[in-house]
Amino acid sequence: MELLLKNAALLNPYEGIDIAETDIVISNGVIKSIDKVKNQDSKYFRVIDLSGKIIVPGFFDMHVHLREPGREDEETVKTGCLSAANGGFTGIACMPNTDPAIDSAEVVHFIKKQAENNLVDVFPVAAATIGRKGEVLSPMAELYEAGVVGFSDDGTAIKTAGILKRVFEYSRMYNLPVIEHCEDDSLSGGAMNESINSTILGLPPIPSISEELIVMRDIIVAEYAKANLHIAHISTQKSVEYVRTAKRNGINVTSEVTPHHFTLTDDMLKSYDTNYKMNPPLRTAKDVQEIINGLKDGTIDCIASDHAPHSLEEKESEFEYAPNGIVGLETSIGVTLTELYHKKILTLNQVVEKMSSNPRKILNLPLPSFRIGSSANFTILDVNEVWTVDIYKFKSKSVNSPFNKRLLTGRAVGVINNSKMFYSGEMIQIS
Amino acid sequence: MPLSSRHLLGLQGVPKEDIQLILDTALTFREVLERPIKKVPTLQGKTIVNLFYESSTRTRISFELAEKRLSADAINFSVSGSSVSKGETFKDTIKNIEAMKVDMVVVRHAAAGTPLFLTKISNANIINAGDGIHEHPTQALLDMYSIREKFGKIAGLKVCIVGDIAHSRVALSNIFGLITMGAKVSVCGPSTMIPKYIEDLGVQVIYNIDEAIQENDILNVLRIQLERKAREYFPSIREYAKYFGIDRARLEKNKKSIVIMHPGPINRGVELSSDIADGEHQIILQQVTNGVAVRMAVLYLLGTVN
Repeated sequence: MELLLKNAALLNPYEGIDIAETDIVISNGVIKSIDKVKNQDSKYFRVIDLSGKIIVPGFFDMHVHLREPGREDEETVKTGCLSAANGGFTGIACMPNTDPAIDSAEVVHFIKKQAENNLVDVFPVAAATIGRKGEVLSPMAELYEAGVVGFSDDGTAIKTAGILKRVFEYSRMYNLPVIEHCEDDSLSGGAMNESINSTILGLPPIPSISEELIVMRDIIVAEYAKANLHIAHISTQKSVEYVRTAKRNGINVTSEVTPHHFTLTDDMLKSYDTNYKMNPPLRTAKDVQEIINGLKDGTIDCIASDHAPHSLEEKESEFEYAPNGIVGLETSIGVTLTELYHKKILTLNQVVEKMSSNPRKILNLPLPSFRIGSSANFTILDVNEVWTVDIYKFKSKSVNSPFNKRLLTGRAVGVINNSKMFYSGEMIQIS
Repeated sequence: MPLSSRHLLGLQGVPKEDIQLILDTALTFREVLERPIKKVPTLQGKTIVNLFYESSTRTRISFELAEKRLSADAINFSVSGSSVSKGETFKDTIKNIEAMKVDMVVVRHAAAGTPLFLTKISNANIINAGDGIHEHPTQALLDMYSIREKFGKIAGLKVCIVGDIAHSRVALSNIFGLITMGAKVSVCGPSTMIPKYIEDLGVQVIYNIDEAIQENDILNVLRIQLERKAREYFPSIREYAKYFGIDRARLEKNKKSIVIMHPGPINRGVELSSDIADGEHQIILQQVTNGVAVRMAVLYLLGTVN
């Protein structure tokens, strides 16, 4: 039966589509018509009323940790995909710091197999070096052939400038980005941002320069090697300034930020709540302000969640011993709409760019199209729904979130992709 | 008037009245310690666990003595290393101890914030006996008690804390407590051992030990922790002793009247020379005695508050 989505608004900035209210018919997963349907008989259609909702191109999170293989107790490819669908994403890129790392074609094939027949498209990012150890290049050509969309030693920066230069040079042959987790571990090793708060709380500090040094190093090497550099989870004022300057100088650098880094500051750590422990750490209000500026002026291209599920028993521990990271997929859109769209920092068009088209462009992936005959790849937003985050409603296997019980305005109410629809908590096959 | 909290996690934010009450109460217990029979029935029937996740001799003995002199049942629970490496999570350990019906937990742990975490998973009164490089409130209370005993007041005095400020829980608790009580606080040490934002706490930074001696009434000299990472923060022990160590010649060069304190154990010849450690300026052993009285006061006030 064909699917009729009625009374929906339609917004696709890069195709110039902005329709206040229309009906969409989807047949075999493909857009059949975009126009008011006169005969809406439920004999012919499965009808879903999307009054007040906005259909946008499927959202994409380019920084997700799926934990499989290795820590299937925290997340699997399947539960991660369900978490993504529930959060409003139709595609994700998964990071290589699994166990074993994504540093061979076999692991790529394994992950792709786990992700088969899923609503959510899964694109592995491969390790830049074997075991992410920063010593020997991973088989990058073979990994490219196996279908990876980028290279990263995420969890750490690529160890030395020498290896980095070779990774840049080699990846350039395939036009794939190198995604860098910027951290100089000779300066980090602490548990929170270095500030007056780290002094008061007695937590070992991580100075902002541990990130900024590597951002600078990477920009310098990327310019020299003419490579595509993508800065992951940018978190400090100066990092944003360095990326802005590099972009002005024509260097091929892009960047992403997480919702927690544009929303929260290290003031939150006063409770020693390990849900606020992440790497990079939460920074100061000054850093948040510059990140906001960077989002506005385009220095920051994408919003990515750095979805990092962790078991409750590991998170419920002494702060310094707890692992870093948060469940991000299911709050990312809500926090972005609340903090950026409703506060008039970004327009909805800009939100769509930063959460749908820009990440796909960086990873050389095709953009979802709203043209008749294209396969339907949609995120359905209700930008005005007021809701409260409840970690126990997450589809992720884990519940570590600093946004629990937070009141948000706006969310994704459904997604459509690969002839499947996830709507009202239900997975529907659309044929 | 009771304390405003049922735990003692640190001195940050603790009101002046609470500190005053603890110091006043300690005065009465200090008198008990001079009696032939040094025991009162105040906490009879209360069970106190000394939960030490980090090795400690004097703090643990001081707490244990305080507990016994208040007639509480004291249990020692020592774990070396972190809970993570032991297999059992910290939370499970606490739940097990809790199930044995304890009233108070005195905790020392290498990770900052662990006492606060304990309050969320246990109903017992929690007393911080040192958490990472965060706070060591009873040490600062006994330091303040000793200052008051010596000078008859705290307000208006100039106190300089000397040594590795960045990795010292004693320093931080002293800073919070002394500022609340109206003292003027400065810190002195190699710049690698001074936290970047310390002045935001209202503390003056001095890099010259002679200046620190000239300008202060009291030097609270910290132990340079030779066994820890501290060694990476200065070139050599010899250089530290030469530029930040305190000996008689240095005191005489600068002025005559100053009080030297030290939380112990002392590295003789490093931060203090023996003629100072044993000399007329120091009140180091009085601090130790006062420590028992101050801990008795804390246990008593917390144990009878609810």
